[in-house]
Amino acid sequence: MIIDHPLLGPRDAAEFTVLGDAALIHRPDGMAEGAEAAFHDYVYLRDNPAGLHRELWYHEQGDRSWLVVTRNTLTHEITEVALARDVARAEGRSR
Amino acid sequence: MRYSALKILAEGLTGNRGWKPVWRTPEPKAEYDVVIVGGGGHGLATAYYLAKEFGITNVAVLEKGWLGSGNIGRNTTIIRSNYLLEGNQPFYELSLKLWEGLEQDFNYNAMVSQRGVLNLAHSDAQRDAYARRGNAMILSGADAVLLDRAGVRKLAPFLDFENGRFPIQGGLWQPRGGTVRHDAVAWGFARGADSRGVDIIQNCEVTGFTMQGGACLGVETSRGAIRAKQVAVCVAGSSSRVMGLAGMRLPIESHVLQAFVSEGLKPVIPGVITFGAGHFYISQSDKGGLVFGGDIDGYNTYAQRGNLPVVEDVCEGGMAVMPMIGRARLLRMWGGVMDMSMDGSPFIDRTGIEGLYFNGGWCYGGFKATPASGFCYAHLLATGGPHDTAAAYRLDRFRRGAPIDEKGAGAQPNLH
Ligand SMILES: Cc1cc2nc3c(=O)[nH]c(=O)nc-3n(C[C@H](O)[C@H](O)[C@H](O)COP(=O)(O)OP(=O)(O)OC[C@H]3O[C@@H](n4cnc5c(N)ncnc54)[C@H](O)[C@@H]3O)c2cc1C
Repeated sequence: MIIDHPLLGPRDAAEFTVLGDAALIHRPDGMAEGAEAAFHDYVYLRDNPAGLHRELWYHEQGDRSWLVVTRNTLTHEITEVALARDVARAEGRSR
Repeated sequence: MRYSALKILAEGLTGNRGWKPVWRTPEPKAEYDVVIVGGGGHGLATAYYLAKEFGITNVAVLEKGWLGSGNIGRNTTIIRSNYLLEGNQPFYELSLKLWEGLEQDFNYNAMVSQRGVLNLAHSDAQRDAYARRGNAMILSGADAVLLDRAGVRKLAPFLDFENGRFPIQGGLWQPRGGTVRHDAVAWGFARGADSRGVDIIQNCEVTGFTMQGGACLGVETSRGAIRAKQVAVCVAGSSSRVMGLAGMRLPIESHVLQAFVSEGLKPVIPGVITFGAGHFYISQSDKGGLVFGGDIDGYNTYAQRGNLPVVEDVCEGGMAVMPMIGRARLLRMWGGVMDMSMDGSPFIDRTGIEGLYFNGGWCYGGFKATPASGFCYAHLLATGGPHDTAAAYRLDRFRRGAPIDEKGAGAQPNLH
């Protein structure tokens, strides 16, 4: 698989490590009501779809940036790559 | 029909005209006591033990493809009971004991071959860890031998003992571990279940569950609706997809593991050898092919194929530990999609939905578990309670803070 890095251009996926579902960007509020249940679901449960999947890849052997890669889990085709920082901000995270 | 040496002789003398198909091809009935979803090793073993141990024979196994099309026909056939944790080890030892009597039990040649499993150690710390693991194995009734360097050399003189990065210091050896012909396991269980009245229905995909008032009353399939008092899912790498049809989210990701086989060679590898430090393990099949593999690819996938970086990594691992295989040519490679769970351990449990049961999360180690998984799942379905050795395999164990994490890697499926 080739990941088209927004800053560095096409890079071999072997340079990266994978964390998993990009939903992990949205860590629950530990002080909120029902935080324990929310954390259980956040840490342990996954959608695990067959088809498009947004996931966090870390450019460990490269510039060490976190990316959100949209990839088809049935074909391995990559359709979108963005810096995780930009995605997190666009989705309402402060950093 | 009972298989025996006499039967082979008689058939050989009469033109082999008396052999029958190993199982029937029935039409699905409208209703069963138990519907098992997934005709892999675990589904077929469950049906077999339901019929044989618990007398429950009004059972159907629904398989979307053909028997053996999933991981039961894709794995590298290793059996062992060399786990550390209490939630796991007694279960895997039960499985190994069942393997030991399996061929006589189901009257089918599954080529169970107890040639031993050797895990290599490369440091004092790793040897200490293996001493502890060996003790845990022995406490569960299994066998384990801690080998020093000379002991390893005697078993496998061809290893690169002086490897600069990972010199071999010793190993943990389980003589009763070994390999089993994987597809014969599916066929043997299928035959044993079928002959006791279980309907094995191939090309029948489950597409939904029939729900009423929070209870599961049956399944919808590509061949029509089928009612059932109990629906028992065991679909290996497809668990999230199938349980998703019932609205459940699981502590599971689907990942691919690749495997490789070389051209046939004269016997060189005595048993199973694992080189964990270099992500490589190997055995030799009865046909002479070197059967080997390594780590999972590491990203979510439902494609039954992996990518080249892992191929390279596995081959590098092989060359590092046993340079002699460098000139063997690769014949085939393939991949299988597996459930990777959040702690690397499986589930055999009822669900929050009445009548719906779940068996999955077997990661890359579910082949060796096949007989015990079937036995314990059948026990749960028939008695309503978990089998003693599978009591820890509950879906709520993360909520209770009771994961069974052999590697101590945490909730990161691609690290287990
Ligand atoms: C390359 C590789 C090497 C491995 N090596 C080992 C090893 O050496 N030792 C070991 O212990 N384990 C090993 N494993 C793991 C082991 O193969 C699996 O854990 C085990 O086979 C899973 O259980 P199963 O046999 O029931 O799975 P499967 O054979 O995959 O059965 C699941 C079945 O469910 C069916 N199904 C899916 N969805 C539906 C649906 N909607 N309706 C109906 N049917 C459906 C599938 O078609 C499939 O046939 C390996 C796995 C792989 C991929």
